[in-house]
Amino acid sequence: MKKVYATAGEALEGLLRDGMVIAAGGFGLCGIPELLIAAIRDAGTKDLTVASNNCGVDDFGLGILLQTRQIRKMISSYVGENAEFMRQYLSGELELEFNPQGTLAERMRAGGCGIPGFYTKTGVGTVIAEGKEVKTFDGQEYILERGIVADLSIVKAWKADDTGNMVFRKTARNFNPPAAMCGRVCVAEVEEIVPRGSLDPDHIHLPGIYVHRIVQGQHEKRIEQRTVRKKETA
Amino acid sequence: MPWDRNQMAARAAQELEDGMYVNLGIGIPTLVANYVGDKDITLQSENGMLGMGPFPFEGEEDPDLINAGKQTITELNRTAYFDSATSFGMIRGGKIAAAILGAMEVSENGDLANWMIPGKLVKGMGGAMDLVAGVGRVIVVMDHTNKAGESKVLRECTLPLTGKGVVDRIITNLGVLDVVEGGLKIVETADGVTEDELRKATEATIVG
Repeated sequence: MKKVYATAGEALEGLLRDGMVIAAGGFGLCGIPELLIAAIRDAGTKDLTVASNNCGVDDFGLGILLQTRQIRKMISSYVGENAEFMRQYLSGELELEFNPQGTLAERMRAGGCGIPGFYTKTGVGTVIAEGKEVKTFDGQEYILERGIVADLSIVKAWKADDTGNMVFRKTARNFNPPAAMCGRVCVAEVEEIVPRGSLDPDHIHLPGIYVHRIVQGQHEKRIEQRTVRKKETA
Repeated sequence: MPWDRNQMAARAAQELEDGMYVNLGIGIPTLVANYVGDKDITLQSENGMLGMGPFPFEGEEDPDLINAGKQTITELNRTAYFDSATSFGMIRGGKIAAAILGAMEVSENGDLANWMIPGKLVKGMGGAMDLVAGVGRVIVVMDHTNKAGESKVLRECTLPLTGKGVVDRIITNLGVLDVVEGGLKIVETADGVTEDELRKATEATIVG
């Protein structure tokens, strides 16, 4: 069982094909698989459907796959920070399926857990409910949402061992575990691959069963909104 | 004098009780955190955190630690982190006592519109639809009228909805209204604002 690859490009070898569905972890620019995204750009894979909460910014994260027109469709909850996204969407070049954020996370989790659909109150009575089955439980209406199973998951973690057991850091965990779970194959990039036994088994956030390939690398970790407070002067 | 942004936030903070887990939206709702005083309130950030702290000091920003508005923040000694599916599990599961959110329009039956204006830039609903569908109590904080002076408190929303019949209380620069059977009930008016002025600025049915 060899899961560790030397580069992001090698870790994706044989897994990419035009028209595939990719689930990507990250929230905004936090915890995004930036090395794997760049490797997909370099591979030139086209007509991608990408399920990801956001689509990066113009020149970083998934935004770089928009610049190269490799994405055909996005499944996202929020795409506000990306001018090129808006341009392609408004001109009809890019398809967009809005999912409420929690519905998107649960669709990924469910897909990874063998649950083909689930009922949720989120979106009842809104455009999100259009065309979806409505069912009443205990006097309340719910809509049916489908689990997502992706051809490929790309995620980013803080530390992993070579068996793929993963630990995330702070709010960089976000969509990474559910995105990892819903892929037929999951490739993870990490800041550090540590020796077996050095991660506390009680503190593993994502067990290695969900992770098929791992690559270690340097991350830019760009900050989207730098907000600070002044130190009070004594 | 109608309330300003900070006074609206201070009024909204009065809605919070000791021990509550609360989600604050972007804009005026974010300011509510400045007015909770001694109350033991835990703030949830839906990207995967309970126990959200203030902005970091300059030079201490951490790219792995942001809130749902993508702003750099800090953790507290009570903080817990979790993934997005778990985060919305606690939202959808009704574990979050209240959400305080901004709005473009609210209707008299508690419909809320705050995510898109057709024909204009569409950014997405983010977690707003999940929040209004799942949390215990939805409190809207917004200006009573738009820039053209038209009421944002309506009989029916004109914009695409975020949720149907989800709002419990509306706090505006003119006062506080509750969604009740048959319409809205005036709870209080801002200092110096008369009930008559509040009624005139409200298109929705006011009962009682």
